Amino acid sequence: MELSEHIKTANVEDVTLRRPFHPALRGTLCVTSHHLLFSNRKDEASWQLLILLKNIDAIEKRAVGSSGTITIKCKDLLVLQLEIPGMEECLNIASSIEALSSLESVTEMYPFFYRPSHLTLLGPWGLSTTEQYYKQTERLWDRWRVSKVNSDYSVCPSYPSAVIVPREVDDDKLIRSARFRQGGRFPVLSYCHHSNGMVIMRSSQPLTGANKKRCKEDELLLQAVIDGSELGYIIDLRSAQQAQQARMTGGGFESKSCYRHWKRIHRHHERGKVVQESLIKLVEACSDLSHSVDRWLSKLENSKWLSHVHSALSTAGLVVECVERDGHSVLVHGSEGTDNTLLVSSLAQIILDPASRTVTGFLCLLEREWIQAGHPFQQRCAHSAYSHARLKQECPSFLLLLDCVWQVWRQFPLALEFSEALLLRLAQEVYASNYGTFLCNNEQERCAAGVKENTHCLFQSMLKPDIEEQYLNPLYEPTDLAIWPSVHPQSLQLWTGMFLRWTEYAQNMEEAREEVWSIVKEHRERV
Amino acid sequence: MEHIRTPKVENVHMIDRLTPRKSTVGTLYLSSTHTIFVENSEARKETWVLHSLVYNVERLPTNPSGSPLLIRCKNFHVYRLLIPQEKDCLDVLASLTRLSRPECYGELFCFSFNPNLDKELREKAWGFIDLKAEFSRMGIPSNLWHVTAANHEYRLCETYPSELFVPKSAFPAVIVGSAKFRSRGRLPVLSYFHRDTSASICRSSQPLSGFSARSTDDEQMLHAIMKSNPVSELMYVVDTRPKLNAMANRATGKGYENEDHYTNIKLQFVGIENIHVMRSSQQKLVDVGELPAPSMSDFLWGLENSGWLKHIKAVLDAGVFIAKAVAEDGVSVLVHCSDGWDRTAQACSLASVLLDPYYRTIKGLMVLIEKDWVSFGHKFSHRYAHLDGDPKEVSPVMDQFLECVWQLMQQFPCAFEFNERFLIQLHTHIYSCQYGNFIGNCQKERRDLRLQERTHSLWPHLWENRAEYTNPLYRTDHSQTQGVLKPLTTAYCFKFWKGMYGHADKSVASHQSPADCLNAVREESQQLEEELIAHQERLAQLKEKKTSGGRKKTNKLSERVRRPIPIESKLSSPLDYFTATRSEKHSPSFTLPLELAAPPKNGDPDDLSTCSDFESGVADLSSHSSSAGDDTKDPDSDEAVKSNT
Repeated sequence: MELSEHIKTANVEDVTLRRPFHPALRGTLCVTSHHLLFSNRKDEASWQLLILLKNIDAIEKRAVGSSGTITIKCKDLLVLQLEIPGMEECLNIASSIEALSSLESVTEMYPFFYRPSHLTLLGPWGLSTTEQYYKQTERLWDRWRVSKVNSDYSVCPSYPSAVIVPREVDDDKLIRSARFRQGGRFPVLSYCHHSNGMVIMRSSQPLTGANKKRCKEDELLLQAVIDGSELGYIIDLRSAQQAQQARMTGGGFESKSCYRHWKRIHRHHERGKVVQESLIKLVEACSDLSHSVDRWLSKLENSKWLSHVHSALSTAGLVVECVERDGHSVLVHGSEGTDNTLLVSSLAQIILDPASRTVTGFLCLLEREWIQAGHPFQQRCAHSAYSHARLKQECPSFLLLLDCVWQVWRQFPLALEFSEALLLRLAQEVYASNYGTFLCNNEQERCAAGVKENTHCLFQSMLKPDIEEQYLNPLYEPTDLAIWPSVHPQSLQLWTGMFLRWTEYAQNMEEAREEVWSIVKEHRERV
Repeated sequence: MEHIRTPKVENVHMIDRLTPRKSTVGTLYLSSTHTIFVENSEARKETWVLHSLVYNVERLPTNPSGSPLLIRCKNFHVYRLLIPQEKDCLDVLASLTRLSRPECYGELFCFSFNPNLDKELREKAWGFIDLKAEFSRMGIPSNLWHVTAANHEYRLCETYPSELFVPKSAFPAVIVGSAKFRSRGRLPVLSYFHRDTSASICRSSQPLSGFSARSTDDEQMLHAIMKSNPVSELMYVVDTRPKLNAMANRATGKGYENEDHYTNIKLQFVGIENIHVMRSSQQKLVDVGELPAPSMSDFLWGLENSGWLKHIKAVLDAGVFIAKAVAEDGVSVLVHCSDGWDRTAQACSLASVLLDPYYRTIKGLMVLIEKDWVSFGHKFSHRYAHLDGDPKEVSPVMDQFLECVWQLMQQFPCAFEFNERFLIQLHTHIYSCQYGNFIGNCQKERRDLRLQERTHSLWPHLWENRAEYTNPLYRTDHSQTQGVLKPLTTAYCFKFWKGMYGHADKSVASHQSPADCLNAVREESQQLEEELIAHQERLAQLKEKKTSGGRKKTNKLSERVRRPIPIESKLSSPLDYFTATRSEKHSPSFTLPLELAAPPKNGDPDDLSTCSDFESGVADLSSHSSSAGDDTKDPDSDEAVKSNT
């Protein structure tokens, strides 16, 4: 079925658009295969609003006499209202939006059609590969190697084709270890600390099962990671009880008797549906302006969103403590090793590693630890906070990461090279994008769909000098030290820039940001 | 001096609850005005605690390592000491308890505080704020308003200033009659005149109306106020109390204006709770800050349960209502509560901050506080417990006003000339009794105490240090600076004021604010660079030391980086990161020195990360993760849990 067949009414005149804190506008509404376009030409100057259909999370229809109203709730949390004259037109538009905003086939999505004149499809896609990362990171050369054991994605479907593993562990052992880990996600290197060579590894849970199965190769692999030093830490992102229960369904944990040099610490993290529901509750709490202070605080607490932020930052801090202060290597995993695992390991790197606090470094980190590491973006970001659809595999892990990074930025306004604007842009792009970066669930799928050949890379476009500037933090002052965020509850705040983005509140903040820039620019000119 | 039972105690531990590693050992000195803790370290870092800032002193049960003593301050700082001998602890407790509760004005610090100013300068300093000039800035006296001598020698109202501004059309008999009909003689007088609309804000206490009483003089007085705004045919009376409270007052012969008796008034209740509700609310808030290892939910629940932000919103709502009436509707407003010195002061001064950009400047806020609070008889000495007295008189009225201003600063980062530090400094001095400005309960009392001759004024001192209190984002020509502020009062706009209440634990305090960074960028970029270099050198040094096994600790760096905070020197010490919860889990109270006695497990306590503090962008990670309970229990019984790093 052609996309255009979903469009029964392509154009409607005399539509009224209502947005928060703006006067209502009248204009023409068009529906195309991927966009909703509203244009207003009344007052000489034309004004247009272009919304990616994929950005639409939910719509509500309401009939008022002969005309209809469609409320559009976007994944970036914007809410719009369209008043459409003519009931039939209204219903047609609504059904087109419903059909076209929930396309399942990756190759039909807009990134495959987005062809701006200033970008070319030629040249490498993405910022870096595992091999390039290895080449650039001299401290790895001695004890680590790049393994291509997964070059055809048969060992682990969700890993990239190349991964970094201890030099002394050969590919056969890796294959066996993979069989012992859920989804084949055997322990791979995530980060090697510049000051002491300690590493953060990540994996999925071991498949010990009820019978306490063992895998000698997996044990050897972890032994090789700590290479003679006395101790490593396994940070298990489940409570001890949950880890115990996982054995009943074939999963499990590394027992002390089999992994003698590893100490396990359990930290409970919520996952999946629970976190998605937190997001839904938080957004709901933010959009009701009539709350009393008590009710608001109670709803904020009840959403548990900040509790998730709190646990993610605390556990990341724990990882950093092990690596930086105690000088031990760490393995992080939960169950699948595709969500909280990535959240914790990438946050730990932001705290530890000055290189990941630059614009390029941060985007490279996201590419390495989220895109290539196989965070299932397509499943996790299918819907955002407004959708009435039954939840499937949605989970805002990535948004949670951005929130945590924002908390770090707020506590260390000098330490990050990028600004809140970058985080907000990413929060938007991850749900609906012109670019192919967040398409699919892993590298294998991206390969199969031809994402790298047929779409543009978001990160590359963000690093273009003229664009990059808007993402810079004017106060950036690099530091080589670890930046330890306070995780005391009173130090954590609601991310107003994100969750109150479309309110008046955000406008004053925008003015303040401009003021900061102008002061810094003035200062630079003087120097 | 006779109250000091022991002037000096050695080997006292100053305990950092969240990060025991940062606890220090030193000597405690007691003077008549301060308790001073001097670290044994090379830097001899000093912590000064002003006795008049001490809220209470609590002794916890003695344990094998000593007697713990908790000093809670009125500015929400908490000091945790561990004194080796129980007897010393009892002596310190008794001395501090007595010293922190002066029994008469003469004992207050301001009478002994001597910053070496000559007499002439001191007198000049008291003239720094001139309220006459302030009224003339508003355009008063004018053809409609003038000053009345009715309160000369405070004969009409003891708690009002001697100079009052009233409508020209109000005859002396009306003024006297109106004062008789108002609680404590606090008749309606001008507080703020809004030039653009000619509308005014007047203030008074509640009328003695009971169930049916009326006073034609008072009615004429209000009519005169309304008429002083020639374009308006209406006037609001804002009763800042909850309606129920106002009604209850009628039973005691007080109450509120009957709309039928007064021409063209509209009565509006705004529902700010009384001083007792506010006192207990703030106590709950402070308790939340003191929770040992709260989860996110504990914290948010505690915040909600305290009701504090709800009250802050009520106060701000009152200000917004008045400002809107004056600026948008051009209608004059009479504001009162019961006595007209607490909620009325809050509402009038907040409305003024919203209406007039001048009050958002450093000098302007001083003027506003001098006018609406000091001169109009806010009972500073009672509310802020300057003397040992009735605890029911104590209430954080001014705290709430300052917090409302802070909440506005969060919404309008470019609109205020001053920064958060200025507000906190004001808060401290309202309690500290170091300067004479806030001593006593009204102008008459201050005159009788001859404060201007015997004490110093705070305002010039703050003014001289204004660079430290300046908001870098403030620009006189910025759009946020101009005109009337129209804040959102949606619930989500109200935040927990960490800078004020986040002091219960040293390590939680003081992360750098962007404004500070900006000030740094603007004025001290050079210095910062030097510091960075110094840090790097220090880092290199430390690395060297680490390899060579040198573990000598120098605190020079952190001391140099530290911002000077008058009165108390805290902040500044390198912050600690992890140990908190886990060690506390095993030892809930002050068992820390036992741990200190054992060598730190992970080598150098002064390791790389600690050599930096907030100025270099590095601070604490006090891991309050929900690590308690079953999370740390390992399913394998044979496995040890990682504990106590």
